[in-house]
Amino acid sequence: MAKRRAEPLVWLLFTSGGLAAALLLPVLLVLFGLVFPAGWASAPAEAHLLSVARYPLTRIVLLGLFALPLGAQVPLHALRGTPAQAPQQADHRRLLRRRASGIGLRGLPLAGRPMSQGRLLAIS
Amino acid sequence: MSVRYTEFHPRWHRPRMSVFWWVGRRSYLVFVLRELSSVFVAWSVVFLLLLVHAVSEGGKQYQQFRNLSSNPWMLALNVVTLAFLLFHAITWFNLAPSAMVVRMRGKRVPRSWIAGAHYAGWALLSALVAWLIVG
Repeated sequence: MAKRRAEPLVWLLFTSGGLAAALLLPVLLVLFGLVFPAGWASAPAEAHLLSVARYPLTRIVLLGLFALPLGAQVPLHALRGTPAQAPQQADHRRLLRRRASGIGLRGLPLAGRPMSQGRLLAIS
Repeated sequence: MSVRYTEFHPRWHRPRMSVFWWVGRRSYLVFVLRELSSVFVAWSVVFLLLLVHAVSEGGKQYQQFRNLSSNPWMLALNVVTLAFLLFHAITWFNLAPSAMVVRMRGKRVPRSWIAGAHYAGWALLSALVAWLIVG
């Protein structure tokens, strides 16, 4: 069997992170970052949010939405195109890759933790 | 008199680059702003994580989160974040046709259809999420 490379997989994570962020983050931030705090609409009751967040599909979607950008999309973007990206390509790329995966590996548990604690997991 | 030998060491030709190399040209500026948008994507994820955490902890924490989010500084930050998120989303959907080559009955599906499908999905999902949350 031909040796498989991990690179396409990383790109898949990257694109799904970007897509998830593009599709779902704007509406969530509009609501919770702007509309509710500014008082243009009354914020939902905590019990309602809890029941929405407890729904299994919501939890899967949220986990993907939090983990994919934090784990893959953000680190790759944040480290690409820095001014240091000059001639020493090979070295530099290796460094970027290491840093990106470092940040990504730290981002993943950060995304998973609140999803698996407290009343979210309690079965009503 | 001693003679000092120096090792032969060719000097690299590395022109110094300004930190602001991307300001001069529009396309560079857009590229760097787009890369920068990832920082705001990260912030919005953290912000939502705080929300989920607060909801999972209980009413008092949720109230604290609401107080935090209506702080003027937080509002300002989130308005800037929102601008970057929209920029990220729109440029993302506009480049989708370049990344996806879809063929139907041997013919390539027009770029505008693919971009249009992404925008339609975006609108639909946003409406669905808003309906779920506002109830």
